[in-house]
Amino acid sequence: MKILSYFRGEAFQRGVHPPSCKLTAGTRIRRLPFPPRVIVPLSQHIGKVPHPIVKVGQEVVRGEPIARTEDWLSVPHHAPVTGVVEFIGLRPGVRGPWVESIVIRAHPGATQQDLWGQPRDLATASSSDILQAIWDTGMVGLGGAAFPTHAKLTVPKQAKVHTLVVNGCECEPYLTCDHRVMVEQADDLVTGIRYAMRATGAVRAIVGIEDNKRDARDAVRAAIEKAGKLPEGEIFAELVPTKYPQGSEKMLIMALFGVEIPAGGLPVSLGMVVNNVGTLAALGRLLPAGRGLTERVVTITGPGVAKPGDYIVPLGTPLRFVLDYAGAPGADARQVILGGPMMGQAAASLDVSITKGVSGVLVMHGAALSRREAPKTYPCIKCAECVESCPMGLNPSQLGMLAAKREYDLMGSQYHLGECFECGCCSYVCPSNIPLVQQFRVAKQILREKAIAKS
Amino acid sequence: VSIEIRSAPHIKGPRTVEQIMRHVVWSLMPICAFFVFQYGLSALASLVVVTASCLATERFFVRRGGQSGDISDFSAVITGLLLALSLPPGFPLWMGAVAGCVAIALGKALFGGIGFNVFNPALIGRAFVQAAFPQAIATYTPSFLPGRFYELIPSSMALPLMQPASITEWLKAKQFDALAGATPLAKWKFEGVLANAEELLTSLSGHMAVGPSPVLILVCGAYLALRRFMDWRIPAAILGSAGLTAWLLFAFDGTRYPNPFFMMFSGGLILGAVYMATDMATSPVTPKGMWVYGALIGLLTVIIRYYSGLPEGVMYAILLANAATPLIEKITQPTPFGKRALAGLGRARKGASYTLHPGYISREDASAVTPKKRFLPNKPKQKDRES
Repeated sequence: MKILSYFRGEAFQRGVHPPSCKLTAGTRIRRLPFPPRVIVPLSQHIGKVPHPIVKVGQEVVRGEPIARTEDWLSVPHHAPVTGVVEFIGLRPGVRGPWVESIVIRAHPGATQQDLWGQPRDLATASSSDILQAIWDTGMVGLGGAAFPTHAKLTVPKQAKVHTLVVNGCECEPYLTCDHRVMVEQADDLVTGIRYAMRATGAVRAIVGIEDNKRDARDAVRAAIEKAGKLPEGEIFAELVPTKYPQGSEKMLIMALFGVEIPAGGLPVSLGMVVNNVGTLAALGRLLPAGRGLTERVVTITGPGVAKPGDYIVPLGTPLRFVLDYAGAPGADARQVILGGPMMGQAAASLDVSITKGVSGVLVMHGAALSRREAPKTYPCIKCAECVESCPMGLNPSQLGMLAAKREYDLMGSQYHLGECFECGCCSYVCPSNIPLVQQFRVAKQILREKAIAKS
Repeated sequence: VSIEIRSAPHIKGPRTVEQIMRHVVWSLMPICAFFVFQYGLSALASLVVVTASCLATERFFVRRGGQSGDISDFSAVITGLLLALSLPPGFPLWMGAVAGCVAIALGKALFGGIGFNVFNPALIGRAFVQAAFPQAIATYTPSFLPGRFYELIPSSMALPLMQPASITEWLKAKQFDALAGATPLAKWKFEGVLANAEELLTSLSGHMAVGPSPVLILVCGAYLALRRFMDWRIPAAILGSAGLTAWLLFAFDGTRYPNPFFMMFSGGLILGAVYMATDMATSPVTPKGMWVYGALIGLLTVIIRYYSGLPEGVMYAILLANAATPLIEKITQPTPFGKRALAGLGRARKGASYTLHPGYISREDASAVTPKKRFLPNKPKQKDRES
């Protein structure tokens, strides 16, 4: 029904409409108890791996820094629980290989109140002071990419930012954590937006929310009104059409402003900075108190979960504990996905923990997966569904055929493989069941390695 | 608990190859029913025999291995039905079986099965019998003959490897002259008699020797296009291009060339445009390419019909365009998101919630990457700045 999209005024061309399956959109955020042990992987984002500043056997209180870094593209970590450092060493990682982690045994009965903080007065703070304060919170993008927030809010020299775009799209099916944050923590969000505007020098902020979350838009608008006239500039909350991948910053900017970010460029080339609502709401809560990021809102959902909901989960909580609490029927669970179903990462083990970038835990059981496995794989019948759905305007059909022949260089040089941001629309729509985006991921990795080998 | 590791996306859209093919078959059913209504038993026998021949050939090659797909994916059914619809209803059944066999063997299995064929298999089959049995394929019978549901057209039952009986005698017995069996296109080409476009649209009036009603085909095609089992651009481009070319020629010399509506609704143009040219494997995947491909078919059809010895040109037009498809795709690759902005061609979408004021753009980047044309309309020209 693409013809209709012209009349509906879709935000960006192409894209897909997967069933939304937002099971938990109406339930309040609940708090998860402390697990007996938390496992904090040291490497949770790009940049140098932070080094631990605690020793085995040392007592830590919730919120206390446990790992520090001097690298501007990395962030410190804070103790998610009050307890004793039990172990520092290798633990299973999400992708499979074991990673350096800090294991803390929680004191039974410890409070979930943050016990550590350096309140600071940011009322008159300069942009660089705010950025430093953001760095100290250990904040990364909570939308899933986990890019350090202070680095994202840093405006390059000579560039000027006029607009802060706040991404409240949450276009992934199943996930509702940003939705609930906007509804329940709208005041924190406005506070966070104000800090981010001051850090970047933006004169307006626009919260883009998909139009299936009108209550979130109303809550944010009410909070904006409550805040009154702000010295930083104006904040707007705007609905954008519901469509996957609306939450990609390029697509969101297309929806709000009707312009394309030039290929290879960042939003800052158009004078914009994009941030996720969850990130800014957490900033609004943490910054004035000078606390560190110790917990995040995670959507625990999927056909395999008995008590789906949005939970405040202490970082480092093992998946096994989370799933036990949410009532996942263990025997039937066949796949545990960290993130959304379109771009999420399948967990290799239940012993891995919730990290800063995990927005959802999705449990698929056999019945949900079997439908996906049933259709057999055909050769490409050139139905052009993928071309019609690729938000980046690539030709996945051609790329897929080249990938099958391992013509990776041609894919990169002639068919713009580098523009692919792996949203998965092509694999989702492919009637022949060809793993297109999966092949592109491999191809991109090989091209990256080739580029490194060359330099 | 044993968990599986897979790569995203973890959900899959509902569409499958079988589903697409099944819907095309369903949408062909009314057209086949109309064909049987027009020509009776012979048409039914032709549909059944040709389709069965296609399915048997497909089964044979799939069983031999070396190619994917199966008869369960319905693609061979589509080939069979389209092939039968494009043949004269009284076409000898054994020749129909040969056509079906050739369509799948040479048109599809030779290239590696579903998805790999370069040419539309149904048209390969038809092209083969057109070359092999030129007499039989040019022999049409009038539609809506009395008693068509009780007896076969005599040519249908020709023995294998035998020439079919002439139907002139048979028609005479029914008080029809031999000319009644000529298609409107042949009548126009060889006798200069033009049929009425409205009559052609419905195929219902008189005893015209025509295929199923173009209106019905368009309705069935619209269903497919709305459900997105077919791309609407290709038929639109073909009909637009054929109509435009025919109209230009008609405007140039109205006495020599027929009016464009006759061109669009006569012969197999509608069936070809809606069902044959849109064959997914043989048409371009790029949206721009679909327009080019359709326009090429429309143009070639009119040229072949006007200037060649054949009355009908749709088949060769589509086959030629099929051959051109890889080239068309190559020159019509879509422009990726953001590349247009780089080239300075980006235009802000109308109705966006917020505008980008030129003054907002950071200076450094405005000169580096953002399209100057749009964001800085008042920027002094290069010459002014230098002076």
